[in-house]
Amino acid sequence: MQMTLTINGQDHSVEAPAATLLVEVLRDQLGLTGTHIGCDTSQCGACNVLIDGAAVKACTMLAAQAQGAQVTTIEGLGSTDALHPMQQAFREAHGLQCGFCTPGMVMAGMEMVRKHGTKLTSELVTHELEGNLCRCTGYINIVKAIVAGAAAMETQNA
Amino acid sequence: MRDFALHRPASVSAATAAFAGTDGEAAYLAGGHTLIPAMKSRLRMPDALVDLTGLGLSGISRDGDRLWIGATTLHADVATGASAIPGLACLAGGIGDAQVRNRGTLGGSIANNDPAADYPAAALALDAVIETDRGSFAADDFFQGMFTTALAESEIITRVGFAIPQQSSYAKFRHPASRYAMVGVYVARHAAGWRVSVTGAGPGVFRWTDAESALNTGSDTAGLVLAADDLNTDIHASAEYRAHLCGVMLKQALTTLA
Repeated sequence: MQMTLTINGQDHSVEAPAATLLVEVLRDQLGLTGTHIGCDTSQCGACNVLIDGAAVKACTMLAAQAQGAQVTTIEGLGSTDALHPMQQAFREAHGLQCGFCTPGMVMAGMEMVRKHGTKLTSELVTHELEGNLCRCTGYINIVKAIVAGAAAMETQNA
Repeated sequence: MRDFALHRPASVSAATAAFAGTDGEAAYLAGGHTLIPAMKSRLRMPDALVDLTGLGLSGISRDGDRLWIGATTLHADVATGASAIPGLACLAGGIGDAQVRNRGTLGGSIANNDPAADYPAAALALDAVIETDRGSFAADDFFQGMFTTALAESEIITRVGFAIPQQSSYAKFRHPASRYAMVGVYVARHAAGWRVSVTGAGPGVFRWTDAESALNTGSDTAGLVLAADDLNTDIHASAEYRAHLCGVMLKQALTTLA
């Protein structure tokens, strides 16, 4: 079927079977491979993207369901030259080991700021991260990164 | 996932027409967080999906002593918007994880009636009315055991009216990986008496009448034991373990009434 998706502010016309998942269109058709497929069973959060600002698992959503919404992937958050504050915080706090879960973790951090604001505690972040898995178990620095990234977003907006 | 025809109707009548007009098996799609995984593993292979999220069935409103929640209202929105029933808001905020709560819907959960789902426990303890495109059901008649409800073939839940209790609370012991309830107990104190429901423990959600009687007569609930005979035994827990957990969750729920 023919569908139009708005991804990182740009409209894309896509021809794909109805059964195509959002993450498949992002990765296979549009080359936006920053969104990862980890478990493919809605558990790990590596495929998190923002739909109208809210984090969802792109492996458990049909691409066709994203029509009419603003989709933001990790590529749309910042650029290599100008990282988003949440990305920069992951870099500075060494909030990654192998890096596979990182795009989803960054998006989970964005979701926490959307819901709880920029002043996050590590307890809250730990709780809110229940939908994201890091097989390296590098959670300590991921939590630090999200707390710092949220605070940096406050500064940026001040 | 096997391909299918996707319908995205804008009205309830168009949705039922698309369902009825399907040559083969049709299924309704709401948040998709049960259906899409089931389709990926080919447990379900419908020929057509009818997306219900464009029907305008989302929203929360209070009407007298009931809180009405639209069928496609997201768990995340119930968590923040159902303040008239803090126990229900808390339950919704504990389903799955943050990303799941941004997609999953009340109607989807109730229609699916997973024996370990949270919402059926709330519907039963809060004496809910489940409205559909062709009538309504009392929660007591609606849930009919594992993945079974009173819904007819193409019937669509439009909204659910929860009786606003004097106090209520939900306590669940989660399976640490799936986040589903190993056991969940919803306790609600209504003017007409207590209602206590249990999810996760048996083949379907049920009312714990002994606990209700004890609470109604002011007896001690500490010694209450649920018979393990009809409870689930699986790789995660035995029926006896679940029976014990019911007592523990009841106690927890009673200490967090709000």
